[in-house]
Amino acid sequence: MAEKKTESMNLVQEIFLYFLAGIRRTLLRFKKRKKIKEILTVYYMEAKSARISGRKVAWITSGGPVEPLIAMDVIPVYPENHGAMIGASKMGTDLCETSESMGYSTDLCSYARSDIACATVNGGPIGGLPRPDMLVCCNNICGTVLKWYEVQARYFNVPLFIFDTPFCHTGFSEEVRRYVRRQLDEYVLFLEEACGKKMDHERLSNVGKLSLEAQRLWQAVLDTTVNRPAPMSAFDAFYHLALIVTLRETREAVDYYSRLLERMNDRVARGIGAIPDEKHRLLWDNIPIWHRTRWLSEKFASHNACLVADTYTSAWCGSMKYIDENNFFDSMAEAYTRIYLNIGVDEMARMVLAMVDKYNVDGIVMHSNRSCKPYSLGQYDIAKIVEKERGIPSLIIEADMVDERSFSESQVATRIDAFMEMIKAMRQ
Amino acid sequence: MITAGIDIGSISTKAAVLSDGKLLGTRVIFTGYHAEAAGRTVFEELLTELGLERSAIRRVISTGYGRNSVKFVDKAVTEITCHGVGAFYLDPGARSIIDIGGQDSKVIVIDEKGKVKNFAMNDKCAAGTGRFLEVMARALEVDLGVFGNLSLKAGSPSRISSLCTVFAESEVISLISGGEHRENIIAGIHESIAARVAAMANRVGVVPPLVMTGGVAKNMGVVKALEKKLEMTIRVSEYAQVNGAIGAAVLGMSMK
Ligand code: SF4
Repeated sequence: MAEKKTESMNLVQEIFLYFLAGIRRTLLRFKKRKKIKEILTVYYMEAKSARISGRKVAWITSGGPVEPLIAMDVIPVYPENHGAMIGASKMGTDLCETSESMGYSTDLCSYARSDIACATVNGGPIGGLPRPDMLVCCNNICGTVLKWYEVQARYFNVPLFIFDTPFCHTGFSEEVRRYVRRQLDEYVLFLEEACGKKMDHERLSNVGKLSLEAQRLWQAVLDTTVNRPAPMSAFDAFYHLALIVTLRETREAVDYYSRLLERMNDRVARGIGAIPDEKHRLLWDNIPIWHRTRWLSEKFASHNACLVADTYTSAWCGSMKYIDENNFFDSMAEAYTRIYLNIGVDEMARMVLAMVDKYNVDGIVMHSNRSCKPYSLGQYDIAKIVEKERGIPSLIIEADMVDERSFSESQVATRIDAFMEMIKAMRQ
Repeated sequence: MITAGIDIGSISTKAAVLSDGKLLGTRVIFTGYHAEAAGRTVFEELLTELGLERSAIRRVISTGYGRNSVKFVDKAVTEITCHGVGAFYLDPGARSIIDIGGQDSKVIVIDEKGKVKNFAMNDKCAAGTGRFLEVMARALEVDLGVFGNLSLKAGSPSRISSLCTVFAESEVISLISGGEHRENIIAGIHESIAARVAAMANRVGVVPPLVMTGGVAKNMGVVKALEKKLEMTIRVSEYAQVNGAIGAAVLGMSMK
């Protein structure tokens, strides 16, 4: 009886959301300068009322092949992006504790912990994610997502597609290409079955073009920071990133980044920097410490240091070079396999070195992230390689992207102060 | 020019006064609850001892975890920089410094001018710090002051494998109830600290000559265990504990 009541309440809520989303979407269409928050609000409203609009919702890992979902008119939802929102709104510790009381280990990634907890209590900043109709898990980012998505597939009782991308220790072989390429066909079959309709390959290729365009624009935005002073910092990039993660294959994302690029170019032309007096330029490595981004940005700014680039936000356009615009579908195999977290440390170091040169940085700040092992493993080696090749020092900060219990403000402050004292002394 | 350095650590607060680069005097007190008050007290006491007026001091630099809590200083500088500068002042040949303080330990590599080239600090954990030793001394009911000498008499050091201070303490307690000799347990404790710190030292690329600073440098047991682990001799200045404060006072001279 009680269940029926909540169910009908949910339905009423969803109908309400559906109409609200419709109105907001129309209003948004006429707005010239759309804000990220407004775009995301409409996106989540639509996803939460998908049952009413008759669309399907798929949860997908951040590095997963999303374009086929769009081509099938499925709304993709990203639990990791949700995790970042949870971290930024400082709700992570509570949710992590909830998952620990459910029996999950503190060693498990805090995105996974907070998402698993959130699903059961509908908590977090947006009252939980919309219910999925299917799950798509690509292990190009880590092995954690496999178990995490299996847990959620059982919890929601929905089909799960696992897209397996072998780790690229040194290069990329023909066997791997064939292996991954074949899974793309299976993926399409999975989607056709889940949605009860055929894939429109022409549409997919158009979606691919749009996605590539957004990625190009994002890279161009990030590249504006090669200028001195940098018109934006990595902390700004952490914010603007949301669309390239969740809506990269949409016209909205393309428009948003075109305008952002204009704005940044204008700042460059007028010599406006992200911080008032840029004296030192740094590179950030790893996922942001979402619950401390403001504190960190102020801390570095107080030393006249600007984090001009990072390995994280550039990951969403890092494998563009493998995409063939005229054969998007086939080239996805390589592009989705050779991403930053799925390559060996030597190649990671090469990419970091290239960024050091391109953005002309004086030091690297590495977040040794307790949650994300694939990202944090190898940092000491990369730091050594960069020190040896370019004579540039690195600072390692121990923390966690979501779980505030792994962060000690005074210890981190001392490390940053000492690192900046060192850089200033070196440059004297 | 007379300058002063105040190093406010988690356990003790130190002060040093320099006149034209010559050390006039130093002082150490317990930090206690109030970091700011400890900083003020140690400074005033040292001035009285040296018969100096506050106005005679041209510059005061603070350092240590409480460095930002004292408002009467000219500048706050981190303990990394100060330990580097202090060690270089006391021993210009030094290229690496191991500092084990109350709540953290650090390894600093400096260049031939005394500038910091690289450093590492322990993670958020008391293992490998002075606090770890304090906890163990309490469990063993031995005065921390005699820890060093006792451990040098050990036959075969016990193995303490846990990385966590609390778990290591229970390991120690079970060794005690198992009838193990105190000397062996203490030597085992020193080896476990040495292992932690040595790993950190190797990570930043420690090079000789190596000096050790901080309060724990007074403990010969830890020094010896570290020498063995790193296969390097370690120099310890008589001013090891006040090294950070001295470094701060030295920085006061060159400050513009
Ligand atoms: S372990 Fe790292 S890559 Fe994997 S889900 Fe967590 S944050 Fe993402």
